[in-house]
Amino acid sequence: MKRILFKSGTLVDPSSGRVWQADLLVEEGRIKAIDSGLVPPRGTEVVNAGGCLIFPGCVDVHVHLREPGFEHKETIATGVRAAVRGGFVAVAAMPNTRPVADSAAVVGYVRARGEEEGLAQVFPVGALSRGSEGKEMAPLGEMRQAGAVAFSDDGRWLADAQLMRRVMEYARMLKAPVISHCEEPALTKGGVMNEGITATVLGLRGMPAAAEEIAVARDIILAEFTGCHLHVAHISTAGAVRLVREARSRGLKVTAEVTPHHFTLTEEAVQGYNTNAKVNPPLRTRADVEALREALADGTIDIIATDHAPHAREEKEVEFDQAPFGISGLETAIALVFTELVHKGVLDLPQAAAKLSLNPRRLLGLPGGVLAEGEPAELTLIDPEREEEVDPATFASKGRNTPFAGWRLKGWPVGVVVRGKWIPVRPLPGEGLREI
Amino acid sequence: MALRRKDLLGLADLSPEEIEHLLEQAEAMREVLEREIKKVPALRGRVVVNLFYEPSTRTRFSFELAAKYLSAETVSVAAATASVVKGEGLLDTARTVEALGADVVVLRHPSAGAAAFLARHVKAAVINAGDGMHEHPTQALLDLFTVKRHKGRIEGLTVTIVGDILHSRVARSNIWGFSKLGARVRVCGPATLIPPGLEELGVGVYYRLEEALEGADVVYILRLQRERFSEQTFLPGPEEYARLYGLNRERLQLAQPDALVMHPGPMNRGLEIAAEVAELDRAVIEEQVTNGVAVRMACLYLLMRRGEV
Repeated sequence: MKRILFKSGTLVDPSSGRVWQADLLVEEGRIKAIDSGLVPPRGTEVVNAGGCLIFPGCVDVHVHLREPGFEHKETIATGVRAAVRGGFVAVAAMPNTRPVADSAAVVGYVRARGEEEGLAQVFPVGALSRGSEGKEMAPLGEMRQAGAVAFSDDGRWLADAQLMRRVMEYARMLKAPVISHCEEPALTKGGVMNEGITATVLGLRGMPAAAEEIAVARDIILAEFTGCHLHVAHISTAGAVRLVREARSRGLKVTAEVTPHHFTLTEEAVQGYNTNAKVNPPLRTRADVEALREALADGTIDIIATDHAPHAREEKEVEFDQAPFGISGLETAIALVFTELVHKGVLDLPQAAAKLSLNPRRLLGLPGGVLAEGEPAELTLIDPEREEEVDPATFASKGRNTPFAGWRLKGWPVGVVVRGKWIPVRPLPGEGLREI
Repeated sequence: MALRRKDLLGLADLSPEEIEHLLEQAEAMREVLEREIKKVPALRGRVVVNLFYEPSTRTRFSFELAAKYLSAETVSVAAATASVVKGEGLLDTARTVEALGADVVVLRHPSAGAAAFLARHVKAAVINAGDGMHEHPTQALLDLFTVKRHKGRIEGLTVTIVGDILHSRVARSNIWGFSKLGARVRVCGPATLIPPGLEELGVGVYYRLEEALEGADVVYILRLQRERFSEQTFLPGPEEYARLYGLNRERLQLAQPDALVMHPGPMNRGLEIAAEVAELDRAVIEEQVTNGVAVRMACLYLLMRRGEV
């Protein structure tokens, strides 16, 4: 029987808002005991967690693992390694693979491949429409039985309001959320970055904030109409934040996630035609970034997700308008949360833990997210003082497409407990500079 | 003095001093063009590759002649004959051009930023001959040169650019060039063809041509690309455009009596500019073409001298 004792860590429990120092004993995949001065039974693996924060295991509700079909960008094997290295114990895999995860077979395949790897858990998201083409409803019920935790045509907005209404009614019946990539395509056709002064100067076609806001507004109205849980993916504009805030104030089942790149960078990052800053939704303005941070602080945005979108180097090393959208985000997310939000006082520790663990789990209907005896022992250990430069060459992900290369960030994951195993990924604060 | 940069990618990057320096050099080149034997040995043994991914007659001929007058070896590759059709990317083409020993690559490409991309990947000097909607720096330099020859200065002039600003790299380069040298720049066109944020660059935005022309020293008419009428609904149609934004003799009277009329060519006579206006003495459209060769000689010369100083 496998036992691990984490000595003297600082526990952060988002469910109670408590932050306290204690020892934590893991046994058979559950939290067996939390107390000070716990004495390890014989045969216990002891981890000196002094100087570490212990969060419930972080979950990323928005990743692209690219398998099946785009294995040159990422595989489930490399994706779950990137997740663990980034401090995540579970990820929700978006269905825009080839074939699209619009059937029980593909959903089951993704789930099974994740289990085979035995690292971060992989929870598949099923498509809303067949082939994510926005025309016919995909078999949501069968996919749900095969393990789909949510439904989305991510990458595309389901523009047909009648079909969206039907899938929302269906998803509500299945007790699964609909995750919407909110983008009115008529307004973004040919667009490659945010519409505004930077796009004007660079001569690049813009994607206006209005395209996102129109889509968010319609989807909120349909969520109210159908009673379905709407989750707004990668929210990026001040106007979209206002709409979500208003919906939540009326008690609607509407949640939203923001990515680290959207709460950190502005459209200026595209200067020099940096294809690693080409992402959809596009990086917006300073005012949008401020609105996103405010919405994180006041709870309008309850989840931080990466939209991890790995691409091969040669795909990004082209003219700007030819490059695919996307940022490889799993391995910098927690460090950006600490550097940009925690250390700058935007979020306190329980808030940060809630947005990385408890709230993502609630969205996907997963247990856990709580640090208490008897709870599942999925944990993320973070050294909030560790400073490290982002070096894409060290990524476990195949995708090295990050605009943060060379950034010095403070606050990095040092290891996770997943499936009852302790997996260190960086030196513990007490261990000095030894690299793993 | 040479330029202290490897490439000429846009006027946004250039200091006013660098622009002035290029214009002075162009003046010297213009004298060469007036000689009976228009050839100097300045770039003997150098290789200039014109890489054109978009159809272009004037710009390509202009660069070819400029290189020839400087005694450089020139090769012109048009997209239709290039390996583009075989699916070779710009990066591969760049490496090939490099391996073949190009000293300068003149690039015309439909993607904004293509010249910057190429410049990052080759040791050769890169001259942007137009990249998507971004910039066309040698066009703006020749426009500045032409205005300076006629007006003796740029500073203090009022320059009105009329037409499809949104899609125009010529407009963007001219906004930078004229602003940096101290002119007041106005743009005028239908709201659907004015990109957002220009006021932040200090540009005056006008929707009524009559207002925009008032007191202008230079009236710069852009070519209206007819394909804009079909691909998306930017405009009701060419007739309305001609009626609202076409430059005719009557409207031109609102500008300064000696206002220059300019156009980057080729013109749609009767659409954006009336034939009778295009034929006025102060319509310097053909002179722009001649000056283009001098300006491009100056650019080639100054970029190549970089290594020698």
